[in-house]
Amino acid sequence: MTTVADNTATSACAQPEWQGFTPGAWTDEINVRDFIQKNYAPYEGEGDFLAGATTRTTELWNEVLVLMKKEIEAGGLLDADTEVVSTIVSHAPGYIDQEKEQIVGLQTDAPLKRALMPFGGLRMAQKALESYGKQMCPHTAEFFGRIRKTHNEGVFDAYTSDIRAARSAGIITGLPDAYGRGRIIGDYRRVALYGTDKLIAARRKDLKDREAGEMTEATIRLREEMNEQIRALDELAAMGKSYGCDLSRPAANSREAVQWTYLGYLAAVKEQNGAAMSLGRVSTFLDIYFERDLAAGTITESEIQELMDHFVMKLRMVRFIRTPEYNSLFSGDPTWVTESIGGMGEDGRTLVTRSSFRMLQTLYNLGPAPEPNLTVLWSTALPEGFKKFCAKVSIETSSVQYENDDLMRPYWGDDYGIACCVSAMRIGKQMQFFGARANLAKCLLYALNGGVDEIKGKQVTPAAPRYEGEYLEYDKVMELFNNMQDWLAKTYVDALNIIHYMHDKYCYERIEMALHDPEILRTMACGIAGLSVAADSLSAIKYAKVKAIRNEEGLIVDFETEGEFPCYGNNDPRVDDIACDLVTNFMNKIRKLHTYRDSLPTQSVLTITSNVVYGKKTGNTPDGRRAGEPFAPGANPMHGRDKNGSVASMLSVAKLNYDDSQDGISYTFSIVPGALGKEEDERRTKLVSLLDAYFAATGHHINVNVLERETLLDAMEHPELYPQLTIRVSGYAVNFIKLTPEQQREVISRTFHTR
Amino acid sequence: MTLAPITGLVHSVESCGTVDGPGIRFVVFLSGCSLRCRYCHNPDTSYCRRGTTRSAADLLEEISRYATFVKNAGGGVTISGGDPLFQPDFARALLRGCKEMGLHTCLDTSGHLGCNADDAMLADTDLVLLDIKAWEPDTYRGLTSQPLQPTLDFAARLAAMGKPIWLRYVLVPGVNDAPEAIAPLADYAASLGNVERVDVLPLHHMGRFKWAELGLEYTLADTEPPTTEQTAAAKEIFRARGLMTY
Repeated sequence: MTTVADNTATSACAQPEWQGFTPGAWTDEINVRDFIQKNYAPYEGEGDFLAGATTRTTELWNEVLVLMKKEIEAGGLLDADTEVVSTIVSHAPGYIDQEKEQIVGLQTDAPLKRALMPFGGLRMAQKALESYGKQMCPHTAEFFGRIRKTHNEGVFDAYTSDIRAARSAGIITGLPDAYGRGRIIGDYRRVALYGTDKLIAARRKDLKDREAGEMTEATIRLREEMNEQIRALDELAAMGKSYGCDLSRPAANSREAVQWTYLGYLAAVKEQNGAAMSLGRVSTFLDIYFERDLAAGTITESEIQELMDHFVMKLRMVRFIRTPEYNSLFSGDPTWVTESIGGMGEDGRTLVTRSSFRMLQTLYNLGPAPEPNLTVLWSTALPEGFKKFCAKVSIETSSVQYENDDLMRPYWGDDYGIACCVSAMRIGKQMQFFGARANLAKCLLYALNGGVDEIKGKQVTPAAPRYEGEYLEYDKVMELFNNMQDWLAKTYVDALNIIHYMHDKYCYERIEMALHDPEILRTMACGIAGLSVAADSLSAIKYAKVKAIRNEEGLIVDFETEGEFPCYGNNDPRVDDIACDLVTNFMNKIRKLHTYRDSLPTQSVLTITSNVVYGKKTGNTPDGRRAGEPFAPGANPMHGRDKNGSVASMLSVAKLNYDDSQDGISYTFSIVPGALGKEEDERRTKLVSLLDAYFAATGHHINVNVLERETLLDAMEHPELYPQLTIRVSGYAVNFIKLTPEQQREVISRTFHTR
Repeated sequence: MTLAPITGLVHSVESCGTVDGPGIRFVVFLSGCSLRCRYCHNPDTSYCRRGTTRSAADLLEEISRYATFVKNAGGGVTISGGDPLFQPDFARALLRGCKEMGLHTCLDTSGHLGCNADDAMLADTDLVLLDIKAWEPDTYRGLTSQPLQPTLDFAARLAAMGKPIWLRYVLVPGVNDAPEAIAPLADYAASLGNVERVDVLPLHHMGRFKWAELGLEYTLADTEPPTTEQTAAAKEIFRARGLMTY
């Protein structure tokens, strides 16, 4: 635990901004959870107290919508900085319409103008600009080309030939080796609760505490990082000052609490273009300030909602400039400003407050949107009023995802947040080394072909025995597959170790880590793609008769399958067990390997939208999937193969073991409104029942889409009519019209449960 | 000597039934029906007996995989069809097996074959979803080609037992939507005392393609589904008699 340095330790009553709060451990040490537990007011009621948008909110949001429309018309980018490298203090303050903005702060000096962030990789930054017809300023390009090495260059200095081959063949894809790794959540609440002076003083004390021991590499690195963190906090205070906010002291009221928290977050997105820049779990924290001010009569419900709406408006405006290749993996300009809402406390009280409702209410006041990525931490013990409100919002906006609080709380306590899509981490106490994913379906083909790529015809792995014989025999295939997974796991973890070593060195997240404890848990978050394709393929081999078709070079390039075989997604243990074993076995292989910085190895079953690209890079598979066809997203059954209805599909997914997939298991569920029941109230009740039962069955995550396939088809034809049509894809939501046509078709081809 | 296992003809199953009883339900659609409803949306189970022969034990094993889920979702198992009373021995075995698993059970029937439901079967049934197609015997016969009386006898028997009923009424414009055609049924339903809920279901043509596939003539092709207002008006007639109506 970080303690506040003695000379700044202050009791709650002595610190003027803390008037009215119940003191506790949090007053003497950096401990936001303790502050929340001592001060928050659980809310068990319904959403009838909520306020609509103020005139000011509507006017301001309309101005933003005009800018967003211009952005789309301009090909997806309104403006980008080509010269000034983004730092916390690189740009003068920017505004949308200063008079109207209750919460201020932009990434650059103008709304939706994207910042220049070359520390992850110079070429990536140049290519991103060029893809929008812009050129990086020659001086900046020269500086980074000749003088300042980037993360990307460091990584490629250390990559092995196996890693390079695996990467270029596409058996490992999406590695954060040329862009920011993200998936780190700074505890932005600390800025509001303590102010930067106290945070800096605490960090100085942490530094002092680490002078006695030997100067090992680990200690030296940490000491250097901590001084960088202090510098970042100084810059944060300076940036705040430029917007007229004195962040050196704690926030004194509701508006400041939201503003301080947002500026902490803003500093992070000015400094890092991480793949996912999540917000954490701020709603209930902010609620404490709102309740205090409401009780004092210094604020109204409408004013509180206005603060929330303006905060969310800013979160919706976060932008990064990406290359077309990146966009094809993670489509729709996502930033994963994930906000985790609700959940239960370890003491049995719900963590739902009025502000949990207020955060969801922004989807009405501003209309549906993919960001922030609103994530409800669901427990069967959540208050019924909140459950029904969530169901209502899901049915009306398809903008919410749900994750199993009852499953995660024993692992991560009651103050964790979700980074990106499904990755839980204790806020301010834990981070992850994001690891994209390895393609298990392609690995199966490599096992059959001795490591020769089925599309490129090139030897990718060290030479390995090929499958002999005409018909595929399960036991023989499994032996080869097992060996090939050993190679894949090692190559993959080697790559991740290199990537994160270099990211720490060349692209360190100063401000995000300044808002963490000095000693944290790091996870090495590996991932797998193609789970359902691999499971169904093995099922075909086991339960039907699969003949291998070879090309002239003797490479197995196709399959002929006779007979029926069970498919994953039908609650059939014959194949579901295969899927579970795949997850557990690959995790066990990762566990045996060395991981950088003593990180705890974990794994996710999540593809985001990269299931399309993975499919493109994978040849014909024994389950009957044709070469190039998209995989199912995340842990989903393959499109159309889940024939027993959505509960069967949910139960198959829920069987995957969270203990072997602690970085999350993503399931996307689409249902037509009529299939949930006839009337609105009934639909809400049924959706609540479905969620309760799915999570009681230990499902980890679910995206809920309630819409008609025809709506999506119409939106493909007439995008101008659907500017805010939001759908959940795999761990995040997107603006449907911002997907590529290929991804739109993939989404439409997914199973829509119709009864 | 071992007894032959009880088998039945199963059209299909659905793991996420949301409109066939309370909560989320595992629904078994059995093949075969004694009525020939002109708007039937599953003519492939009623007019032709399509399906797979399965043993009750095998189907119950499958249901057992959903038992915890449907319990947690406030639901249970619904035996539907076709008309499950077309295969009473099989339906009875399924209901018995479900009760042994502690599951809430619904029987979704027209009641025309109510005499096939013996007391043992009804003891294992928590709720009957009873379709009454029309109140006027002639209208009933015109829609279904069968008499109404067996259904009313069954309803009376359920009332005498105090067995809850959810009444279902498919609203067909020009056939059974006149207020004077609905009012006596609503009076009757209210008088029974065991009707917990009424569902007024507007006619739809979603099963129409199946008629074409089977080479059968769909005689309601020219009948427009009722408007929202028509449906609301029909519901109001039931509500006016104190019946909870959806």
